Amino acid sequence: MSSAVLSDVVGRPWRKPPFIQRTWLRWGLMIGFAAYLVAAVLTIEVDWGRVYEGLDRGWAFVKSFAQPDFVTRSSDIWEGLLESIVMTVAASVVGILISIPIGLGAARNIAPLPVYMICRGIVAISRALQEIIVAILLVAIFGFGPLAGFLTLSFATIGFLSKLLAEDIESMDKVQAEAIKASGAGWMQWINYGVQPQVMPRLVGLSMYRIDINFRESAILGLVGAGGIGATLNTAFDRYEYDTAAAILLLIIGIVMALEYLSGVIRARVQ
Amino acid sequence: MPVLEQDGVKIWHRRTRQESLVRWFGWLLGLAVFMVCWQRISEATTWFFVWDAPRIANDIWTRATPPKWEYITQLGRPIWDTLNIATLGTLISLFLAVPVAFMAAHNTTPSRVFVRPIALLIIVATRSINSLIWALLLIAIIGPGVFAGVVAIAIRSIGFCAKLLYEAIEEIDETQVEAITATGASRWQVMAYGIVPQILPAFAGVAVFRWDINIRESTVLGLVGAGGIGLQLQSSLNVLAWPQVSLILVVILMAVVISEWVSAKVRGAII
Repeated sequence: MSSAVLSDVVGRPWRKPPFIQRTWLRWGLMIGFAAYLVAAVLTIEVDWGRVYEGLDRGWAFVKSFAQPDFVTRSSDIWEGLLESIVMTVAASVVGILISIPIGLGAARNIAPLPVYMICRGIVAISRALQEIIVAILLVAIFGFGPLAGFLTLSFATIGFLSKLLAEDIESMDKVQAEAIKASGAGWMQWINYGVQPQVMPRLVGLSMYRIDINFRESAILGLVGAGGIGATLNTAFDRYEYDTAAAILLLIIGIVMALEYLSGVIRARVQ
Repeated sequence: MPVLEQDGVKIWHRRTRQESLVRWFGWLLGLAVFMVCWQRISEATTWFFVWDAPRIANDIWTRATPPKWEYITQLGRPIWDTLNIATLGTLISLFLAVPVAFMAAHNTTPSRVFVRPIALLIIVATRSINSLIWALLLIAIIGPGVFAGVVAIAIRSIGFCAKLLYEAIEEIDETQVEAITATGASRWQVMAYGIVPQILPAFAGVAVFRWDINIRESTVLGLVGAGGIGLQLQSSLNVLAWPQVSLILVVILMAVVISEWVSAKVRGAII
């Protein structure tokens, strides 16, 4: 720092340098964002009278969490929950089984270019389409029921798991795989002894995480007719049966917490 | 790792006989569970529709192509609403998530026994319930419309943002905090100069990441009546206007791709 600059700075309190150096850009972005916010808030029509009326119902709902009703609709809740769990288990198994070969194919360091392109394409399509939209289309094609939900979740699992598995394979330690290859192993042996042991802990961890996600998603697929607890929940809201809805939500939260705990334990054991 | 003797020759095995038996039993059990699940799904399925699926899929495809491009003039407002739901929802959730994150982090929580568990409960509860379910609930309380969508997205995102933020807070460099404390700074000054600058990049990253996810989620909120482009999707589906449906799906895909691109750019600039 030259003395001229130093004398300029001395005596002034220190100030944090701004994140964006160019003044006009900084102010431009700020003003633009503020203008957007004002415009956005102004276009939202809120019927405050309706909101005020709703507050009572909101409070009733909060209160019903204190005394959830598991009994009145117990058969519906039980059916829906079982269907959600069944869909989750079946879709996770099938999704994971399919995503392993696709994940191998989507890893550039072990797959030839054409295979890589096809597998990456499948991953991109599966990730770009949301579960609920896929479910709508599959319900239209296969009819109402858990089969559409099962297919939706399997399809979504492929995009998620293959992508992360492929990235893990791409960042693996090459030396081990080369050592196996140098021993004269065939392709299957190479994958089995050189690649698989390196990515297995992560594959197990990701699969557990995906089971967790699949269960959460299975809770909403019923809204579009694809089976599971969502349909029961929707009916409960429609009939303003908040105590039943609260019971279902508590069950979902409980299962998600249990799954999260379980996946934490399993991930800690395999890693 | 045992060495078993076979015909007088010692052979290395990875597992003892008992370990392999337990493993085989585990796989068998898994297979049995899967079969039971599959049986339930198959019982609940009308297989006639499934065998008919290729014809129906083909039928839908011919009806849906080409998309009705001139319908796009009616999609301006829904897209604007969708953008607003995602952006305002993210902003509100960040405001709410910051105090929750500070309450949940080991090193900043006011009380590890009372406050921390409550904060963690808020995080789990908001995270495990899908935004569509939050939207259903809010529509029952405050009526359908964009406002319910904004609030649903805001509540749903609290858990996600707070979780990532409190992990960032727990990973901060304590020496900087000590240095600020040593200068005689008050509790709030320590917060402002010792902690906040360290988590600011993480905060910005989380905000953009969640905004990207929220764009995806807000595109389908309309399915349950919470505003945005999903509303158009729902009404087009109801009247079986497939050319409109396909156009809306194209628009949603574009929105998802653009938001992903924006979020990747911004995160690249921040980190």
